[in-house]
Amino acid sequence: MAKDKLMDFDKALELFEPVLGFEVHVELNTETKMFSAAANPANSANHTAAPNTLVAPVDMGLPGSLPVVNETAVRSSISLGLALGCSIAPSSRFARKNYFYPDLGKNYQISQYDEPIAFEGHVEVELADGTLVPVPIERAHMEEDAGKLTHVGGSTGRIQGAEYSLVDYNRAGVPLVEIVTKPIYGTDHRAPEVAKAYVQTIRDIVIGLGISDARMERGNLRCDANVSLRPRVAPGEPAEPLGTRTETKNVNSMRSVERAVRYEIQRQAAILAAGGSITQETRHWHEDTGTTSPGRPKSDADDYRYFPEPDLLPVVPAPELIEQLRAALPEPPAARRRRLKAEWGFSDLEFQDVANGGLLVEVEATVAAGAAPAAARKWWTGELTRIANAQGREAAELATPADVAALQALVDAGTLTDKLARLVLEGVVAGEGSPQQVVDARGLAVVSDDSALIAAIDEALASQPDVMAKIRDGKVQAAGAVIGAVMKAMKGQADAARVRELILERAAQQ
Amino acid sequence: MSEITPDLVRHLGVLARIQLSDEEVERLTGQLDVIVDNIAKVSEVATPDVPATSHPIALQNVFRPDAVGDLLTPAQVLQNAPDAADGRFRVTAILGEEQ
Amino acid sequence: MTDLTKLSAAALADKLAAGEVSSVEATRAHLERIAAVDGEIHAFLHVSERALDIAAGIDSRRAGGEELGPLAGVPLAIKDVLVTTDMPSTSGSKILEGYMSPFDATVVARSRVAGLVPLGKTNMDEFAMGSSTEHSAYGPTRNPWDRDRIPGGSGGGSAAAVAAFEAPLALGSDTGGSIRQPAHVTGTVGVKPTYGGVSRYGAIALASSLDQVGPVTRTVLDSGLLHDIIGGHDPHDSTSLAEAWPSFAAAAREGATGEVLKGLKVGVIRELADSGFQTGVSESFRAALAAMEAHGAEIVEISAPHFEYGVAAYYLILPAEASSNLAKFDSVRFGMRVNVPGGTVEDVMAATRDAGFGDEVKRRIILGTYALSAGYYDAYYGSAQKVRTLIQRDFDEAFSQVDVIATPSAPTTAFRLGEKIDDPLQMYLNDVTTIPANLAGVPGISIPSGLAAEDGLPVGIQFLAPAREDVRLYRVGAALEALLVDSWGGPLLDRAPVLEPNGGAR
Ligand SMILES: [Mg+2]
Ligand SMILES: [Zn+2]
Repeated sequence: MAKDKLMDFDKALELFEPVLGFEVHVELNTETKMFSAAANPANSANHTAAPNTLVAPVDMGLPGSLPVVNETAVRSSISLGLALGCSIAPSSRFARKNYFYPDLGKNYQISQYDEPIAFEGHVEVELADGTLVPVPIERAHMEEDAGKLTHVGGSTGRIQGAEYSLVDYNRAGVPLVEIVTKPIYGTDHRAPEVAKAYVQTIRDIVIGLGISDARMERGNLRCDANVSLRPRVAPGEPAEPLGTRTETKNVNSMRSVERAVRYEIQRQAAILAAGGSITQETRHWHEDTGTTSPGRPKSDADDYRYFPEPDLLPVVPAPELIEQLRAALPEPPAARRRRLKAEWGFSDLEFQDVANGGLLVEVEATVAAGAAPAAARKWWTGELTRIANAQGREAAELATPADVAALQALVDAGTLTDKLARLVLEGVVAGEGSPQQVVDARGLAVVSDDSALIAAIDEALASQPDVMAKIRDGKVQAAGAVIGAVMKAMKGQADAARVRELILERAAQQ
Repeated sequence: MSEITPDLVRHLGVLARIQLSDEEVERLTGQLDVIVDNIAKVSEVATPDVPATSHPIALQNVFRPDAVGDLLTPAQVLQNAPDAADGRFRVTAILGEEQ
Repeated sequence: MTDLTKLSAAALADKLAAGEVSSVEATRAHLERIAAVDGEIHAFLHVSERALDIAAGIDSRRAGGEELGPLAGVPLAIKDVLVTTDMPSTSGSKILEGYMSPFDATVVARSRVAGLVPLGKTNMDEFAMGSSTEHSAYGPTRNPWDRDRIPGGSGGGSAAAVAAFEAPLALGSDTGGSIRQPAHVTGTVGVKPTYGGVSRYGAIALASSLDQVGPVTRTVLDSGLLHDIIGGHDPHDSTSLAEAWPSFAAAAREGATGEVLKGLKVGVIRELADSGFQTGVSESFRAALAAMEAHGAEIVEISAPHFEYGVAAYYLILPAEASSNLAKFDSVRFGMRVNVPGGTVEDVMAATRDAGFGDEVKRRIILGTYALSAGYYDAYYGSAQKVRTLIQRDFDEAFSQVDVIATPSAPTTAFRLGEKIDDPLQMYLNDVTTIPANLAGVPGISIPSGLAAEDGLPVGIQFLAPAREDVRLYRVGAALEALLVDSWGGPLLDRAPVLEPNGGAR
């Protein structure tokens, strides 16, 4: 595939104004699917299920099967709509979106079309420096996910060149809420940052509501990013009409959302500046190369023949239900940030470190699990972020807050030194189990048996016989050399403070 | 006369995923033209003030409790599969795009 | 000994309950009848291998003193549109040949629980699209009254099975008349319940907002007995009505006394008077009304100005919903697959659907795809949904004046096989009297009103009642049935030609 020409980012922003738009799909973590009583693989209790083991008749479109709406999914959708500042439709209904694809058991998706459950809202998105950017929300609607295709043969499991594909309908029918923004203007050079922060905000909201596991690496949260450019005009002149947009599909990490938007701005700017035009199309994001490639052009084949779903009835939420759900909403993300910062006693810099790393939820949960805020921050923004960057993953995927809190508890109890704790964390990340399990399996605990330490001290003193005399002469720092030797002999699994104590006791006895 | 043309019928065949032969396209064009001329009369009385009825009996808020049931066994899932491998349905290569 | 196949379900059930006959005997009698005459009639697509075992199970439960339902041990024919776990379900289509469902339709499951004995699956127009059963992929069913004529459709198999004494009871489905019109042309009884009165779960969907499952029988009481078993709320069907229903069998028994006719207001639709009904159909209809009038009913002319748009609205809504419902038949998860060497899955789907669907199915899918496509939706599908509202208003207005509405069940008696097959529009116009009930969701019944003088073929009269008032149909239907059977000196089907085993009629 020919390599795209890219314009320098700053140059692109000088010439063009970017206009953004997002469609975020949130998989709800209900017990069962949107329209069937099959267990929901987007609930972490079920996500490792074998192919085609979480399937009810309607999920695979069996003849005679019928959908029935999951009440909890409706409530979750209303809560999400309210958290997005939306109005809740007094009456909303489902529609069929008709298109053929093997991952779609019925060859139509039950979605919402002209009457979504929630519409007209806005969210405040906070950037790294604390700037609040309002993002207007067009609508949030309920729908069902499709199954999963695996492409076999050809190269690297890509669809192109595959010999055949395998279909698993576990994911078919997973409850989704699709959140669609209105066009977002005025983000300028911060467009990529806004993109990332927007997805972060949606993630914070759904986690705060407890309605989605929001694990991006599992596809619980998926972002389609729309980008268009229009030429800048001199102040006072009428704005140019919106440019042709592209929709980059399924950008499934926050880092990637940021990179994909930046890439599209640079790519489109290069084309427009050269006198070319943008094709309205979907594009695919490639994590490995950090590029997008063209997908399917929009055409008249996109005739989805929407019509009201005759198998389902309108959803008419009682005003009391809406008010009850509104009253139960958690605080909005921006307010929450202010509160957490105060509670944790972090400096601006420390807090931004956590927030910009997308780790507020993790740190909060780690603190809730018993760790001190500073320790929780240190693990998430330090070691875990370092490993995540090295592996090209998200820190949140590597360990659970409970693991991190347990790790810190072992440090606090003196079972682990900082250095040992890092080794244990590696084990946790490698999937070896909980911190305690890693400690046990790898035998990594601090040696707290004094006799073993005394034996090591005796050995070290044998090669440094003058140390004891120095200590007795008041040169206590001479103990350092012995401590170093003992720690080395114990392969780091000793508590240096205890070793020092033992050496001083010995000196006092002699 | 309605606007049914062979090209339109062919396009509808693509949308409906039916490989229509030329002979079928021709026959359907003529038949649909007659039928559409007859059924187009619905618009005579469908004035803006008349609401649409999508369900003959008006119900609302029909929900299911969020509790697991109705699962098919993997054997039942694949019971009628024209082709399967690794516990999944097997289809020939897909060249189109995901939606 | 009495011919067990000639008994009504109610009479057979009485003998079973009294221990005079066993379910095995009753079932065997019907299997033998099928073996003898179905080669000619072709009402069945599949005959159950388990029927006798199931019957034996019922007999042993009864012998064990178990309290069984009123129809326990009575054989039942099941339209192939309903999925069954122990028999293939094809909906009359090649694309589903051999398909085995992992679940039973709710109506089938309830029938099993009630102790009915499934005999087999009955023939139908492919995916219930048609009025003649000629569109079955497995060959037409023939009318027991004249084997050169159609048994109606789409449920011609169920009606013919009952009319030919191959089964005392059958299940049907009615999207635009597919229970009532076959009843009309075969001299049997068919009921389309109120939309939502009977579960659609497990009925292979044709048009979801029109489809309704119902009984196909030889008497009104038998329909009531079967309706009592299959009806009522089903949480698997969101459109299923939650309320409890009165007993339809009790309504039929009450109606048979004739009391209900006194002061009953029967509406006759002015606009249908000149709908080009066959002479014998009109005559039979008027005679039935006169009989009712003679027993105290009042005939009231009513207006339903929008019924004339019913057929047009129906032939937009049905194909539109069907085009979507039938998209699932794509060769991926079940059903036929036509391999296309070197082709993509899209090619395989398109080739399969071309080979697997018959002409009528393709015609309606293409029509429905057109009606829903961007730019046409408002003019066609949207307008058709508005016509539904107008027809509902016509019904509301009419039922503010009358208790039930009466119409001939169809414009003509059974036409000849092949007569209309190449003229889809003519075939569609055949549904003019039955369609409004489906569009509005109201219940309807067709019962035999006599034979047309000019051709000696059966004619049916249809009664319509307000939504949720299915009991009225059973009361009124049973009352008229009692009058007519009395006047004929026996059931109309007694006058049907006797079918000789393996062909020929006497
Ligand atoms: Mg979308
Ligand atoms: Zn979506």
